[in-house]
Amino acid sequence: MNSPLSGQPLDRVDGPAKVTGRARYAGEYPEPGLLYGSVVSGNVARGRIRRIDCDAALAVPGVVEVLHHLNRPKMAGDDESYEDADAAEGKPFRPLFNDRVLYSGQPLALVVAESLEVARYAGSLVRIEIDAEAHRTDLFAELDNAHDAPAELPGPRGDFAGAFEAAPFKVDATYSTPVEHHNPMEPHASTVIYNADGSLQVHDKTQGTQNSQDYLVKVFDLPKERVRVCAAYVGGAFGSGLRPQYQLTLAAMAALRLQRSVRVTLTRQQMFTFGYRPRTVQRLRLGADAQGRLLAISHEATGQTSRFEDFTEHLVEWSGMLYRCDNVALGYRLVPLDVYTPLDMRAPGAASGVIALECAMDELAQALSLDPLELRRVNFADSNGNEGKPYSSKALLDCYARGALRFGWHSRDPRPRSMQDQGELVGWGMAGGVWEAMQMKASARARLDADGHLWVSSATTDIGTGTYTVMTQIAADAFGMALADVTFQLGDSSLPTAPLQGGSFTVSSVGPAVRQACQALRGKLVAWAKGRYPELAGIDAGAFVVRDGQLQVAGKAYALEAMDVRVDAEPSARRQGFASATHSAVFVEVRIDEALGTLRVSRVVSAVAAGRVINPKTARSQILGGVVWGLGMALQEETQIDHGLGRYMNHNLAEYHIPVNADIGEIEVIFVDEPDDIVNELGSKGVGEIGVVGVAAAVANAVCHATGRRVRDFPLTVEKLLG
Amino acid sequence: MSDVPSAPNTHAIGLYINGEQHHLQVPPWLTLLDLLRDELDLVGTKKGCDHGQCGACTVLRNGRRVNACLTLAIMCDGDELTTIEGLAHGDRLHPLQQAFIAHDAFQCGYCTPGQICSAVGMAREGRARSRAQIQEAMSGNLCRCGAYSNIVAAVEEALPQMGGPRP
Amino acid sequence: MMPFAYSKPDSIEQAVQQAGPDARFIAGGTNLLDLMKENVERPARVIDITGLPLREVRTTANGGLQIGALVSNAELAWHLDVEARYPLLSQAILAGASPQLRNMASTGGNLLQRTRCHYFYDAAVPCNKRAPGSGCPARDGLNRQHAILGASEHCVAVHPSDMCVALAALEARVLVHGRQGEREIPFADFHRLPGATPERDNCLAEDELIVAIALPPPPFVACSHYLKLRDRASYAFALVSVAAGLVVADDNSIAGLRVALGGVAHKPWRDVGLERSMLGRPATRESYAAFADALLRDARPLAHNAFKITLAKNAIIRALTQAQAAEEHP
Repeated sequence: MNSPLSGQPLDRVDGPAKVTGRARYAGEYPEPGLLYGSVVSGNVARGRIRRIDCDAALAVPGVVEVLHHLNRPKMAGDDESYEDADAAEGKPFRPLFNDRVLYSGQPLALVVAESLEVARYAGSLVRIEIDAEAHRTDLFAELDNAHDAPAELPGPRGDFAGAFEAAPFKVDATYSTPVEHHNPMEPHASTVIYNADGSLQVHDKTQGTQNSQDYLVKVFDLPKERVRVCAAYVGGAFGSGLRPQYQLTLAAMAALRLQRSVRVTLTRQQMFTFGYRPRTVQRLRLGADAQGRLLAISHEATGQTSRFEDFTEHLVEWSGMLYRCDNVALGYRLVPLDVYTPLDMRAPGAASGVIALECAMDELAQALSLDPLELRRVNFADSNGNEGKPYSSKALLDCYARGALRFGWHSRDPRPRSMQDQGELVGWGMAGGVWEAMQMKASARARLDADGHLWVSSATTDIGTGTYTVMTQIAADAFGMALADVTFQLGDSSLPTAPLQGGSFTVSSVGPAVRQACQALRGKLVAWAKGRYPELAGIDAGAFVVRDGQLQVAGKAYALEAMDVRVDAEPSARRQGFASATHSAVFVEVRIDEALGTLRVSRVVSAVAAGRVINPKTARSQILGGVVWGLGMALQEETQIDHGLGRYMNHNLAEYHIPVNADIGEIEVIFVDEPDDIVNELGSKGVGEIGVVGVAAAVANAVCHATGRRVRDFPLTVEKLLG
Repeated sequence: MSDVPSAPNTHAIGLYINGEQHHLQVPPWLTLLDLLRDELDLVGTKKGCDHGQCGACTVLRNGRRVNACLTLAIMCDGDELTTIEGLAHGDRLHPLQQAFIAHDAFQCGYCTPGQICSAVGMAREGRARSRAQIQEAMSGNLCRCGAYSNIVAAVEEALPQMGGPRP
Repeated sequence: MMPFAYSKPDSIEQAVQQAGPDARFIAGGTNLLDLMKENVERPARVIDITGLPLREVRTTANGGLQIGALVSNAELAWHLDVEARYPLLSQAILAGASPQLRNMASTGGNLLQRTRCHYFYDAAVPCNKRAPGSGCPARDGLNRQHAILGASEHCVAVHPSDMCVALAALEARVLVHGRQGEREIPFADFHRLPGATPERDNCLAEDELIVAIALPPPPFVACSHYLKLRDRASYAFALVSVAAGLVVADDNSIAGLRVALGGVAHKPWRDVGLERSMLGRPATRESYAAFADALLRDARPLAHNAFKITLAKNAIIRALTQAQAAEEHP
């Protein structure tokens, strides 16, 4: 076989479609007679709908229907039918189900019209009267109403209280992180095509076509074979597509009612009316001896949730697994508010939880007068203390070493305010990052055409992560074929089962299924060929090659026959004895003009240990993107809520700031070698989340180094930096 | 409810889009973006915010980059428009399209047509040359995937190949 | 958006004849269409003025510059005369919006931009500027971006333009045409403070159309600086901005001083009397600091924007220092 394609920085196979505009996203499928739905959103955080007046809207020529809780088609009445593969504990939100108003921005009606302009205009004419009730939206004001999160936290180990009390060096600090919204560039959209036979073909913005399919089947009591959900291209999601969002429910509802094809696309403002990264307040207590060895760690976090679901994420677990420590106590509580339920958002839990841990580590290093990198080295853990299992691999020390070398960390003057350049304060900060390396069950099919093209498929998605490309590489390698002769198909609920695309587990879950399917197909081909062509019987399987539309063996060509194989892959039993995680070390340089409160992140080095990297080009892009996310978290992103109105107010991209091109300095990505034959057969851990983790903490630590000021309330906006 | 204004009357306009003449009847409230996407099925021009806050809808209007979402179609009567669909010559990609692929200057691809059209407009303006200038000149195009470094690399590479006033 | 009738007049006279309470002129459309989509603006008629002959930039008899209302922000910023003689204006324009928006937005329209106050923009909540008498949630709500100067109990919004801050410092005049004919409005009188009628941003009458901006001969050229502070490096509205111009005499005393602030009030903020009082004082950081303190003396912060006072003072000092340096090291 030729040198493997896996490990090579290949261009994206979907690149040409994306740069020419040919790639179609969910809201871009044309259909004759398509109707447009426009969502009418509420402006009250809690209450009951008293009256809906649709007369004016219905009077507009071109309006076909206005759906609301009183006239909607039949939907399931039980909560379970609305639960999806990423549901939080509780009662899922049911769009247009009844008169209850649960949060400001809730969809209360859907106007369906012949054109988008008419639908939007008519939407503005729908009059909805709501009996408002008192609401609560401020996490900080409601901390007394917190309850234990329904999360399976690791139990306390050792004696935190005693060890902390006795520790000679301590940190006790509280950090807060704001609400953030995913804001993928593509707004959520669903095109529901109503087929002549009454079946639905749906183009949905989702990270799981089968999740959306199951949801529609249950909510509208439809036969599964009559609902097909596709997502060929997804314009970013970052977690926002992990649960079916309400545009899907509404579009399907309208299509079923009207027996016509309907598209519903949310406005940018409406992108602020469902899941988000929850606001948190986190108290970190660290105790250490004079050498910096951690004697005690406590991480207690409180996050916001809705009144109808208890959203939990892995917020505090990281503090029990990143470093070695015998006395650990973790706590996690939730405050229900009159808001929508939060939702996993890129590196959920870790992105915000590690901020607190890694800032506290920096504070501890200061208290110890120890280099922050050295403090982390001293506390390196080769096993996961939460689980009591060794790591299948953990090249974090290499991340520290290579990242530090590239960054030039050794020349850092540890004294705050000591490094200045051209009137600016310069600060160097670092932090570690961690994310679990998971593997889920997944299936794949491999099919060889008689003309020698290999088709491999699984119902996963490509939200920009590079799945199309990486799976093509894995398939080509496993079958022993040229890349151009392989097509990987995804984003279709009718394909073999795949998990939601999230949690950085797509390569590690779908990859093995693809590999096994292609290997099995190759075996099947060889067996078939030996039977079909007796002269091949004694030839070694390695000599069989499919090329130029034919089977080629020992210089002779043979006709092919179409055949296929489907496999189900699951984590190996061997994995069970180990913990697996990706790790990173992030080094950041900030330049601050204290008089004006301006901050520029001039350099970032992110050294990542994520097992074997299948495509260094797309993987690097994942880390680059993660770093940009981390910079946004550190400096800009915050969805601001007016607690009097109980409503997010900066619900647009002009005032919800995400980084722009001019914000971004040099970013260097290093993948360290991390062989791992335990985590999965590819040895690959996934890189979607790890790039974000630790970045915001590293920035805050750099700010403290630059200015001597410790900011614990994120994001670090101008007023917190002004001298 | 006779006092409710209904949809406005349509007006005839002519547009040259990607070199092709179109005679269209448009209502005044139709934006260029919705015309391209919903009426002409030129969905390469993206709607990211519909309020001029993201740049995903960037097209070239008489050679200048503009936000199609804040442009009324009716006001483009007689104009020449280039969208992402009009940049390649058959299978031969525009140098920027090629460079975007080579540098992996996108992930999800949704902001990409706007980024590319914006860079074409930027090249025509002839103002941005240094890396910092390119970054500022490309800041009207948000990329939530965070591909900025690669976008700048792609633009830097393609810029010398984009001589002349027109794409 | 609401349905509307569309017309495209051929002459200024026709355009102003068609004007009325339910009509809006449209040129670039960058702000008007944005607001129409939010149902904040709901005109029954939109008058397309892009066919009017208002695209000229010409030097006036007195050595100033007259800029047609339809000149785009990008054209103006990159106009050779503007770059050479009014670099402050060029800098201010380029600090605003995005390249795409600057290609679209017109000179006249820039003056008529409406505030970015969250509450004004969200038609589902009260706002005295959008719906007079409905209340001002910003006063006790999210007011980090709001006014520290010149606000009223009815409205604490700020004007969002960068260009206007420079025009205030340059003492531009606004040429408007109405059914009664033409008039010229000094820039300082064009925008107004909110008072009890925050729904009115400026002094234009219903039938009046901005036709041009006249710039007097430049009072300073190299010795100017536009400094904008915002939440990200580009494509964001100002938290505070400063348009500063300086004339320094041979004895290093201040021979001329202009400072306009953006992001702090319902209009670009200047105090001409205070500027005059600085004449003859040494052109030093101490003088600039004293000036900044005095200009911000009456600042009244809201719950979340007290930082703007410090920021504005520091920004004034920095902008004047830069302006001075620009002359010394052109």
